[in-house]
Amino acid sequence: MELSNDVLMDMHRRMVRIRLFEEAAGRLAEAAKLPGFLHLYVGQEAVASGVCAALTDQDQITSTHRGHGHLVAKGGEFKPMMAELMAKSTGYNKGKGGSMHISNLDVGMFGANGIVGAGAPIAVGAGFANKYRDDGNVAAAFFGDGSTNIGAFHEAANMACALQLPVLFICENNEYGEFTPRDKTMAITDIVDRAAGYGMPGVIVDGMDVVAIHEATVEAKARAVRGDGPSLIEAKTYRFYNHHGVQNLGLKYRTDDEVEVWKQRDPIFTFEDRMIDANNASRDDFDAVWAELRADIEEAIQFAEDSPFPTPDQILVDVYSDTPSATSGAAQ
Amino acid sequence: MSRKIAYVQAFNEAVRQEMQANDDVFCAGEDIGAFGGVFQSYAGLQKEFGERRVVDTPISEQAIIGLGVGAAVAGLRPIVDIMFMDFIAVAFDQIINQAAKLKYMFGGSATVPMTITTGGGGGLSAAAQHSQSLEALICHIPGLKVVYPSNPYDMKGLMTSCIRENNPTIMIKHKRLLGMQGDVPEEPYAIPLGKANILREGTDVTVVSWAKMANDSVDVADQLASEGISVEVIDPRTMQPLDTETIVASVKKTNRVIVVHEAVRFAGLGAEVAAQIQEEAFDYLDAPVGRVAAPFSPVPFSPVLEAHYQPSPDRITEAIRSVLARPGA
Repeated sequence: MELSNDVLMDMHRRMVRIRLFEEAAGRLAEAAKLPGFLHLYVGQEAVASGVCAALTDQDQITSTHRGHGHLVAKGGEFKPMMAELMAKSTGYNKGKGGSMHISNLDVGMFGANGIVGAGAPIAVGAGFANKYRDDGNVAAAFFGDGSTNIGAFHEAANMACALQLPVLFICENNEYGEFTPRDKTMAITDIVDRAAGYGMPGVIVDGMDVVAIHEATVEAKARAVRGDGPSLIEAKTYRFYNHHGVQNLGLKYRTDDEVEVWKQRDPIFTFEDRMIDANNASRDDFDAVWAELRADIEEAIQFAEDSPFPTPDQILVDVYSDTPSATSGAAQ
Repeated sequence: MSRKIAYVQAFNEAVRQEMQANDDVFCAGEDIGAFGGVFQSYAGLQKEFGERRVVDTPISEQAIIGLGVGAAVAGLRPIVDIMFMDFIAVAFDQIINQAAKLKYMFGGSATVPMTITTGGGGGLSAAAQHSQSLEALICHIPGLKVVYPSNPYDMKGLMTSCIRENNPTIMIKHKRLLGMQGDVPEEPYAIPLGKANILREGTDVTVVSWAKMANDSVDVADQLASEGISVEVIDPRTMQPLDTETIVASVKKTNRVIVVHEAVRFAGLGAEVAAQIQEEAFDYLDAPVGRVAAPFSPVPFSPVLEAHYQPSPDRITEAIRSVLARPGA
């Protein structure tokens, strides 16, 4: 597959946007400006970017608790995202979701999810709606290696295949389920081995190579749109930071050497090197992208800091689509 | 035009008419297609609407609810069936953490117009995993609405409202009422959720009860009328939102009240109803709020045991006599 320079630079831009957003979020968390939990996507940028560059705003995605990257890659804007992480009323979720539930339906992002594996059945529902309306859209479920051990994943994969729905199962195998290595929690090395059990094709791709991920997604999407059902893509990747928070080295469950080996394969820098080597772009081109997006991030942080917190009268708003009966007793 | 049909047919008719009216409405669940569902709730619908709109699913309760959630957020109006209410436990994450909360967590941007239908209640020797009334569990979750009709007329009108509702709603069909006959208009109609029904008017004591127990309470009230005891029976019909206003108005009139439900007494909805009554009408009460409910055990299998387990007309009668025995103000 020959990708145009526009597509390649677009995917690069998505990756850099994720990296800058996540590193800014990490700094803000260290400065105690972000309440709650923070699960950084740094290291895995190629997966969300490669997949989402193959999708439209009408294609849906479901995400994980490591979800900022998916929303950025799907077209989420920095300002309402940063405001949400800072729990402000101008956030995408009006300060009611935060990092673990960040969402924007306008770009088809059906939410980060605090429950491991829970996004997959919802993606099946979105895929069902696409097939029902015969609108040519697909739904992609992002999930980690760990969530393939959860029943919800099994039910979702089986149902999507049984009903031949346009669903892409995107496994980000980062080798750790929270703080436990993958080989302690499953007896297989490759998640893709599970695909055959559902009757769908599975493919392993280098999760640090945005082009490989993109090409696999384009193929899986074409298959889904043709009516041939779901596919599983396993991207072998790695998170540079801890399961949550901003620590990266000196962790009890993985070695610093291992982290360094993976960092040598940084999805953004290796991509830039390849592009420069192939004379598709120059260092100056990339520097300009980083500089522009850094300015965007600073602007978004300022916007979020200047934004108001939600007021207490918002607590009962949006529990229901209409105001619950004043006599329900639940409104107290 | 009204005619007599069964509770389960009233359910089926509401689904069929809403499906005729709106292509966004579809049904999915175990065995609901050609077979029509284990209670025949969905009988004939696949034949009329085809496999696209009436979908047989794998035995996968989490994915069934997830199918509904995702399709609802994507703009459809799903009706997803969980065969027995007991099985909602299998799908609790999708119900409690996803369906109920997406709208709120997303700052209002998501709408989840889905109906979960399920069969609840005991009395069939179906034992501990096929007989429960778990309405208290789901009423505790902000974001859900819970409906448990006691007769065919209410079933059709409430199910129609559930399908048209823009929130995740759980419609519980009582298994012992499926064959109950009643007058039901042929044309579509909606009964608003959160509005109680006064099944029988009275002046001496109020009984708050729903589903099968509401009918049993009416039978008891008829019996006691021959002794000159006037019992008012209120069926909230919707457990969440609960029409406290109608209940409190009745208590202010009768000054005595009992709550009757099939679920276990401890932390059952009777506790919530009693609490709200004492908050809103404490000075009107001539007796403590009585509760008739199941003992704190799983539902037993043996018909002999289950007959003792479920609130019986005798126990309801006894509870009414007990609150009436207290001297009034």
